[in-house]
Amino acid sequence: MSLYLWIIPLLPLTGAAINGLLGKRFPKAVVNAIALGATASAFAYALYVAYRFMGLPADQIPHIERYATWMTAGSFTAEFGIYLDQLSLVMLLVVTGVGFLIHIYSVGYMEHEGGYYRYFAYLNIFMFFMLTLILANNYLLMFVGWEGVGLASYLLIGFWFLKDSAANAGKKAFITNRVGDFGFLIALFLLIKHFGTLQYEAVFKALSAYPVEASAGLLTAIGVLMMVGASGKSAQIPLYVWLPDAMEGPTPVSALIHAATMVTAGVYMIARSNAVFNRAPIALMIVAVIGTLTAIFAASIGILQTDIKKVLAYSTISQLGYMFMGCGVAAYGAGIFHLMTHAFFKALLFLSAGAIIHGLGGQQDMRHMGGLRKYMPKTFWCMTIATFTIAGFPPLAAFFSKDEILWATWASGNHVLWLIGLIAAAMTSFYMFRLWFMTFFGEYRGAPAEDFHHDHDSHDVHSGHGTPHESPMVMIFPLMILAVLSFVGGWVGVPSILGGSDHFDRFLAPVFRNQVPVEMKLEVVSKEELAAQHEEGSTELLFMGISVGAAALGFLGAWFLYYKRTDLPAKMAVAAGGLYTFVLDKYKVDEFYGAAVIRPIVLASTNILWKGIDATLIDGAVDESAAGARDISDGMRHMQSGNIRSYAGWVAFGAAVVIAFMVWKGVR
Amino acid sequence: MVPLSYYLVLSAILFACGVAGFLIKRNIITIFMSIELMLNAVNLTFVAFAAELKMLSGHVFVFFVMVVAAAEAAVGLAIIIAVFRTRETLNVDRVNLLKL
Repeated sequence: MSLYLWIIPLLPLTGAAINGLLGKRFPKAVVNAIALGATASAFAYALYVAYRFMGLPADQIPHIERYATWMTAGSFTAEFGIYLDQLSLVMLLVVTGVGFLIHIYSVGYMEHEGGYYRYFAYLNIFMFFMLTLILANNYLLMFVGWEGVGLASYLLIGFWFLKDSAANAGKKAFITNRVGDFGFLIALFLLIKHFGTLQYEAVFKALSAYPVEASAGLLTAIGVLMMVGASGKSAQIPLYVWLPDAMEGPTPVSALIHAATMVTAGVYMIARSNAVFNRAPIALMIVAVIGTLTAIFAASIGILQTDIKKVLAYSTISQLGYMFMGCGVAAYGAGIFHLMTHAFFKALLFLSAGAIIHGLGGQQDMRHMGGLRKYMPKTFWCMTIATFTIAGFPPLAAFFSKDEILWATWASGNHVLWLIGLIAAAMTSFYMFRLWFMTFFGEYRGAPAEDFHHDHDSHDVHSGHGTPHESPMVMIFPLMILAVLSFVGGWVGVPSILGGSDHFDRFLAPVFRNQVPVEMKLEVVSKEELAAQHEEGSTELLFMGISVGAAALGFLGAWFLYYKRTDLPAKMAVAAGGLYTFVLDKYKVDEFYGAAVIRPIVLASTNILWKGIDATLIDGAVDESAAGARDISDGMRHMQSGNIRSYAGWVAFGAAVVIAFMVWKGVR
Repeated sequence: MVPLSYYLVLSAILFACGVAGFLIKRNIITIFMSIELMLNAVNLTFVAFAAELKMLSGHVFVFFVMVVAAAEAAVGLAIIIAVFRTRETLNVDRVNLLKL
């Protein structure tokens, strides 16, 4: 039985091809129809596939479709094929669903922008590569998608390429990702070397013969290298630096690529490779530690940012950290659960921020906002739901997913990581409510109406804006859908302790359970037994209480500092002095990378590679050989005088020499 | 009987005269005559050897050479006349349109 899954990625590709090649001549309505039609039909087909998937018997999952052999080299083959299991189905629905909503939103947001068709062509090509990434049935095809989304990300970050900062941000994202991809590629090479294949089912089957590595070995190396790749794509320490800069792109792009879908590719890849990580506890530990550190590190930077999109960017990095934290304690289901709810609420946050920016004529600085509740009530309510969700208040979506991660971390015995995660959760709540209070409450601090037209600092400059205004319905509609999803999205995974059925985890469990080696399987079972006991249950409830307490603490802190006593933050900044500026400068990580990595590379490239090898050695060799040929020819040129008599003279002379030689030698 | 070497020396002298004339002279008709002189020096060698070795092939070659020389003279003189009509000169150094 075939589900014709190849249709799904091909639809956006068709849209991209039509819009990209011919779109320049199309009116906007046609561009919209093609781009939205392609994405909508992909989403509709994905829903149909989900329906069919639910009816599949358990032994036909994963559902694998093979279309053609892509390449063969010796015993190594790679296929064009699709691997559909619970994990890729969740990703498929999230990507097509959220992607479709953001396409709708973009129609309103990009209305006044040049390069309209180009924007939608890029957006569609992103969808194509993202779907390739999640549906591929081997690592090599996944890598194609992996690189493709990087390309789409680069193109869309630098969408306003006439602006230097946007062009540079695009390059930064691309090059930083190359560093991560290097690690991922080496991991793939190791897989080929030791298993001779990159097909998922073959690799997983071969892996099932491996024991858990007590000390660092082959699988640990593969796992760590995969994590290097994931930390590039998913913006984790130490490669997170590109994501804040990526906010130079249009806001819907930030929502789709740099919050909801592409940056979660690393989490997906780790979850997909759980067969490797389950056998490499050291690599798993590294994933957990990096995730946790990123969560708190990025959250602490987010507290002081004043650009609304930068706050959300650091929030994204921090939330991605949570996902890795979940994966790192082998709670892949929790990580993917958070991935899904995060896609909803972070897309909602970004799109709401986009609505604010749009309504303010391109203003992104929160210090110039305030009191917007009056001007844009619909955006306010959507943003409110999103803020309460990300802060982790029940019964909203992120409460369940984040709490599941924290609980899994505690239950796995990593109490320090749990504590750090909890502090980061309080910070998350604090900076999100800070954003909420600064934008929607108090007095409007924006520039007077006539100054709106002269705001050249930000890129989303529209004309014809006076006072802040609500966005058109085409932008509000996706916000509302996402708000509903952010509200109820977590209910699919209500843990059993709260009377739910933990449906989401159970749904995903086959993906992860089948790969667990024997020793760990026992452990999992015993953990479930423990969870069934009442004592453990009350602990879980207690920890939920602590999480909510942390969220409330963040809320109260933000309320006090940014609503009640708005004079205090400035005084505290002065009191904190150097620490304040240090955090405000994002811990000077960019400067550190600039001095430690970029400057030496630029210097070495300039002096050794460019001036030394290229200009001197290669150019020198070419130039010298050309000059040598010219000099030799210059000498020879004089023989060819064009004077026939001299030629004849030389012929006669030559003949005389030959005769003399023959006479002298006595040749007969 | 005249020894073979006499013929050969005479032939060599005639040939050298032809070469020298070809190289030194500028008048195209003189150059043409020098070429004929060289051809006939070769002819002399051929017949001398043919008589000495009592073989016919030398004579045959001489006939070939004479035929070629006659054809060459016909074509060459036609070219010379054409050149003179257009350039009004017989000096080879001044017929140099193809030179750079």
